[in-house]
Amino acid sequence: MIYDEPRFLTGGDRAIFVEFGGTIDPQINRRVRNLALVLQKEVVPGVIETVPTYRSLLVYFEPRQINAQQLRETLYRLAQSPEEGELRKPRLIEVPTVYGGEYGPDLEFVATHNSLSIPEVVRRHADTPYLIYMIGFIPGFPYLGGMSSKIAAPRLTTPRVKIPAGSVGIADRQTGIYPAESPGGWQLIGRTPLKLFAPTQEPPALFQAGDYLHFTSITPEEFTRVREAVTQGAYSLKETTME
Amino acid sequence: METFEVIQPGPLTTIQDLGRYGYQQYGIPPSGALDDYAFRAGNLLVSNEESAASLEITLFGCQLRVLQDTAVAVTGADLTATLNGSPIPRWETVPVHRREMLSFPRLKSGCRAYLAIAGGINVPRVMGSRATYTKARIGGLEGRALRKGDILRTAAARPLTRRARISAAHLPAYGSRIELRVILGPQDDCFTEGGIHTFLQSDYTVSIQADRMGYRLEGTPIPHRRKADIISDGLPLGAVQVPGDGLPIVLLADRQTTGGYTKIATVISVDIPELAQTKPGDQVRFRRISENEAVTALQEYERKIQTAKNSSA
Repeated sequence: MIYDEPRFLTGGDRAIFVEFGGTIDPQINRRVRNLALVLQKEVVPGVIETVPTYRSLLVYFEPRQINAQQLRETLYRLAQSPEEGELRKPRLIEVPTVYGGEYGPDLEFVATHNSLSIPEVVRRHADTPYLIYMIGFIPGFPYLGGMSSKIAAPRLTTPRVKIPAGSVGIADRQTGIYPAESPGGWQLIGRTPLKLFAPTQEPPALFQAGDYLHFTSITPEEFTRVREAVTQGAYSLKETTME
Repeated sequence: METFEVIQPGPLTTIQDLGRYGYQQYGIPPSGALDDYAFRAGNLLVSNEESAASLEITLFGCQLRVLQDTAVAVTGADLTATLNGSPIPRWETVPVHRREMLSFPRLKSGCRAYLAIAGGINVPRVMGSRATYTKARIGGLEGRALRKGDILRTAAARPLTRRARISAAHLPAYGSRIELRVILGPQDDCFTEGGIHTFLQSDYTVSIQADRMGYRLEGTPIPHRRKADIISDGLPLGAVQVPGDGLPIVLLADRQTTGGYTKIATVISVDIPELAQTKPGDQVRFRRISENEAVTALQEYERKIQTAKNSSA
């Protein structure tokens, strides 16, 4: 549900939240990302950085340059801005993924849990474009929306201590990709050779909020090939512009 | 120029500056010195830019050998710093000479000391900052805490014409009972009236889970109206998150950039240094203030640093 007017919430003396709605909804998320884009173009003195999330934009500011009341008024005005061109044409990016086996040790569980065959789970997972609502939590982690509830699965009761970078997982009705080796409790169904986070690149995250991801099933041999190309910087993302 | 060799790193010694901005949209936290006041004061004393990279030394045990004559300033926690075994003053410029040993043997008060070095520590900037974020191995020295045998390089420094000190009126006292001023929100409406009352009237204890990401507190649980979970949103510095167990967590420089727990309040920025100098077992109380009072507090804080500078000239 989109609010009639954006709500302003306080985040202490140096941050303000602009909240556009009460649910996870692509329309609400567009408003959030649009305000982030507008703030990139129309530089407001005193605004330090912004963090777009599902339904709100967190705006960090320097109170010695702009006071909170002035900033709320400016943000209220900018929140009415028409949609930016970049927003209208999101990228659809292919994420090559090996499903199952040692790459996705929980694929079988997800299939059994949902009374589906393994190829059926893969088909349902790879068939859908997923909207990246936001990047957050840890460097480069995309929060994806749009997974079929038919392949939902609960988190592991005991999280794994170590999950390889690039692991593709399912937790309840969400799917996601681990950008770096880390502990975690998601059911792992596959792994991508793409590198989601590279601190020396600009931008450092491979994907951006507003992009759509599309998983494609590849073989372990292709995984090795793509991994090689990624490591050598010779891999170019397979992406198309969505109309 | 090679200025120091790490003989003993201590439990957690990292290179920090005032933080990395513009990358939270990619999930990368600002990092930077937890105690902004002590950090900036240190740089003032050795005539550096206030954001020059310095060491953040946690607890005790760090030992450094001087490789090159230079000037330093030790600020923040009292780790009973010595130079060749003799005590040296904190909050004051100290000349050091080749082959001398600078040690931080014992914790007397506070939790983190800062070592500012004339010229500033020279490591590559990553995403515009030299701050270390160990979790993603970014910044500082190879993205990690210092190790035995590491060499610290500094940029060429202007020769220091005189020693300086921060005047007594500007020195913080690090107690084991502190009061943190908060602005309620963003999700204070997710708590019962009784919950807000509990939050503002109870003493909380810093738990063992207190690090650069955040401080988990123990004490009376704060009841929610309904749920502890929200749709994930941004996490400002000082946000007081209250998960399902009702116990508050105050988020600091290395916090995750977004989170899905209700946030009852935010600690104002100028009170973060005080929290950063507490350690497990210390007592914390929260006091509610208004947005305007927070602005006044920030003006006072900046004026204090400004005049600390004057008095140090």
